[in-house]
Amino acid sequence: MSEQVESLIRKEYAAGFHSAIESDTLAPGLDEDVVRFISAQKDEPEWMLAWRLKAYRAWREMTEPTWAHVHYPEIDFSSISYYSSPKSMKDRPKSLEEVDPELIATYEKLGIPLHEQAALAGVAVDAVFDSVSVVTTFREKLYEAGVIFCPISEAIREYPELVQKYLGSVVPQKDNFYAALNSAVFSDGSFVYIPKGVRCPMELSTYFRINELNTGQFERTLIIAEEGSHVSYLEGCTAPMRDENQLHAAVVELVALDNATIKYSTVQNWYPGDKNGKGGIYNFVTKRGIAHTNARISWTQVETGSAVTWKYPSCILKGDNSVGEFYSVALTNNFQQADTGTKMIHLGKNTSSTIIAKGISAGQSNSAYRGLVRINPGAEGARNYTQCDSLLIGDRCGAHTFPYIENRNSSSVIEHEATTSKVSDDQLFLCQQRGLDTEKAVSMIVNGFCREVFKELPMEFAVEAGKLLEVSLEGSVG
Amino acid sequence: MLQIKELVAEIEGKQILNGISLNIKPGEVHAIMGPNGSGKSTLGNVLTGREGYVAKSGEVLFNGKNLFDLDIEERAREGLFLAFQYPVEIPGVSNMEFLKAAVDAHRKHHGQPELSSFDFMKLARETSKNVSLDAAFLKRGVNEGFSGGEKKRNEIMQMMLLEPQLCILDETDSGLDIDALQVVANGVNAMRDGKRSFIVVTHYQRLLDYIVPDYVHVLAGGKIVKSGGKELALELEAKGYSWLEGEVA
Repeated sequence: MSEQVESLIRKEYAAGFHSAIESDTLAPGLDEDVVRFISAQKDEPEWMLAWRLKAYRAWREMTEPTWAHVHYPEIDFSSISYYSSPKSMKDRPKSLEEVDPELIATYEKLGIPLHEQAALAGVAVDAVFDSVSVVTTFREKLYEAGVIFCPISEAIREYPELVQKYLGSVVPQKDNFYAALNSAVFSDGSFVYIPKGVRCPMELSTYFRINELNTGQFERTLIIAEEGSHVSYLEGCTAPMRDENQLHAAVVELVALDNATIKYSTVQNWYPGDKNGKGGIYNFVTKRGIAHTNARISWTQVETGSAVTWKYPSCILKGDNSVGEFYSVALTNNFQQADTGTKMIHLGKNTSSTIIAKGISAGQSNSAYRGLVRINPGAEGARNYTQCDSLLIGDRCGAHTFPYIENRNSSSVIEHEATTSKVSDDQLFLCQQRGLDTEKAVSMIVNGFCREVFKELPMEFAVEAGKLLEVSLEGSVG
Repeated sequence: MLQIKELVAEIEGKQILNGISLNIKPGEVHAIMGPNGSGKSTLGNVLTGREGYVAKSGEVLFNGKNLFDLDIEERAREGLFLAFQYPVEIPGVSNMEFLKAAVDAHRKHHGQPELSSFDFMKLARETSKNVSLDAAFLKRGVNEGFSGGEKKRNEIMQMMLLEPQLCILDETDSGLDIDALQVVANGVNAMRDGKRSFIVVTHYQRLLDYIVPDYVHVLAGGKIVKSGGKELALELEAKGYSWLEGEVA
């Protein structure tokens, strides 16, 4: 690869500022008292505390998974603080005027349309800063449609019957090491409820940001789409630049009841570490949805950040004719590592799933696709189509594919295609000979490679994703 | 327009061009012919700055500027265009997007504003008609799934849109049937306006029936071994290249 491309990959992480906001941060370490403290901070009912403690006790007996194709030093879970809250949030603001201006400035730097008047684009934002949900915009308008969109801590108090019924129903407390940890200490996150037959009138969006040093962010998101309802949800994530690694272990649960559709999009831009691999977020996330009869769950993710990513947004296709989709772009640069993919579990008849995964590796990074397609005996007529493509930039990076196919029904059709290609010198030369500079050329080629996935993103974010890719690639050409 | 003086160039340490001198004035069409391995394609690649093609000595002035002081894209924006022998595919990048980015890069270089999407679309549609490419090709990925002839016509379309001063056609006739050859030649001839110059690199005389050159140069062993008018091409067609081999130093 040409030298010009090499010089390209070096650009500063644009979201890497730290905001000088006073915060209350719990001393590092985790025991039952910490779990009780978090629960008390949130004024949680007794059942919630019991649920957390059950998760904590299970977690203590569990060990970290090591099967992923990633390498990082052992995490000392006692050196992490499990709760941090911006100080001025103690009495939750009732309106934007009450929010710390520094915080608003932070969001403006990130380009989030927090002000309702500025958010005419029709995006309702729930912003989670460290562990606390700060502001939820557009709530009243949504409320009129019967849609509930609020911090999960509030949902636990206000809508306990919904939370009790569905929390942990898709990702049980003991599901895996990080899900158990999250279940014990999750501090906030978003809660969405779409009533029967309602098409959510706007895109819903959550923005996560880790600001404090040595804190973990453990957000929990629960989305319930009642029969025949429809919702599109987007989350974005950033963190300041830190030399230390920070842990992010989220859990997202989606419940799509009969004939419902949930579209969940992620633009993940956690701090990836510097060009020598120092610092960055460990992103260990469990995301799963359950689709009932004729329901559809669609995951779209653009993963450009984090030092280490371990993430498999999955679908349990429980109901007959249910549909699961996974569209992914995972870009790694410098020393980033990503092990990401999906699980499609076909239980119902005539269920179908589509997996389109695009991995881009640059610098000395490693990116792996890991996907499971399981067709259970009862899944008569199930179909899966998987396509995973890897694009290499330079000759010091790696791309790996780990497909798992478990088929227990002979009537199913499973297709799998995989390709690996390089940004070729010939492609670059063609672009440059037509007058494009190297940077523009590489970003155009990579964007072309990701096109199938970007077209699944909500319109206003597709452009964003393209730009993010461009920034993340800077200095990658080599 | 272009002055090449004693150009010596190599690929991976192997010397391919052994001192080439050539003077191209505005409006002229120079054909470069020669047997396989004579360095024909190397010349175009060295001039446009392709990686791996290294000029060791000699000088090339393009409109008075030292060509080797300029980056690949700067040479392009200054008006140097190479029509590729084997145009590559760029999957997922629409032809339209690619062409607009290229045209805008040129316009910016010359201090002109970018074209609006609407104006560009109009321009691109008209141009595609001129090379007998259906407008549907504008929406497809760059060269993605194009036939050999379609790729070459796409090259000529790019040339028309970018309006270069000096066009190098690198064996553009290879793999073309007679109809496609005519389309390509018509495109080139339409662009001959008395100011724009062409270097037509070809193995066969056939193309020169359609694009009539002012000069023909025969390249062998990395040197120009014979130069003449358009009739030299006919002579080569009749006699082959072997009769010139004695002239290779």
